[in-house]
Amino acid sequence: MELHVVSYLVVSAIMLFAGIYGFFTRKNLLAVLISVELMLNATNINFAVFNRYLFPDVFEGHFFALFGIGIAAAETAVAIAIIINIYRNIRNIQTDNIDELKG
Amino acid sequence: MDITLQQTVFYVVAILMSVFSVMTVTTKSILRSATYLLFVLFGTAAIYFILGYTFLGAVQLMVYAGGIVVLYVFSILLTNSDKSINLKICRSKMVAVLATIILGAALVLFLIWTNGFALNVIPEGSEIALKEIGHALISSDKYGYVLPFEAVGVLLLACMIGGILIARKR
Repeated sequence: MELHVVSYLVVSAIMLFAGIYGFFTRKNLLAVLISVELMLNATNINFAVFNRYLFPDVFEGHFFALFGIGIAAAETAVAIAIIINIYRNIRNIQTDNIDELKG
Repeated sequence: MDITLQQTVFYVVAILMSVFSVMTVTTKSILRSATYLLFVLFGTAAIYFILGYTFLGAVQLMVYAGGIVVLYVFSILLTNSDKSINLKICRSKMVAVLATIILGAALVLFLIWTNGFALNVIPEGSEIALKEIGHALISSDKYGYVLPFEAVGVLLLACMIGGILIARKR
């Protein structure tokens, strides 16, 4: 008895919607970024699962997930640099308080 | 009905991932949120291992669990944002968010359940040889990935320089 493809998709759907919920409700920039990370992981799971399910002989989804992980790492590094710079300027990182673009 | 070891592992991992991903976005302390995110990322790596993509699982463990979560923890401590996470959004916005989430999740789960996948099971996971992955990454044939590989390399360099430039003290 093998695993059903739906069970993988349900897990990634739950992760994706938890991420969307956090993205809308959190006010701290770092918490928003953590929610974005959840959403990215859900899509990466889907790429891997559909590659294994539809085309087990080629590795397109595998490599797409691999490059997705790399790009997510780069995005996190730049976002955290920006957040630390914001903290240095206005001493907190709430989304409500970031309302002017002056450097 | 017999349950194989693979299924047992998958269901345990799936339940843990669902619980921890909900707890990540609902918990009160942001440091705890980062810890739950780490558990979710471990679960994702376990799913890659179950699917047979061991290299992808190893990359997930190294990049996310080893790098990104540590970066999160350091920046949480640097910005001492632990006490400021509790700010609530207003009630009408909360209702809108909950409606969006519940309707969206219901729609997606409905589509998944009623899709009727032609072949119901995932084919048996066989490990990809590491040599094959390496050759595919640097070949320029039909199934070669040298162009995205180089593009990601340039992107990582640009992000490294940009991160240092943005975050440095003036």
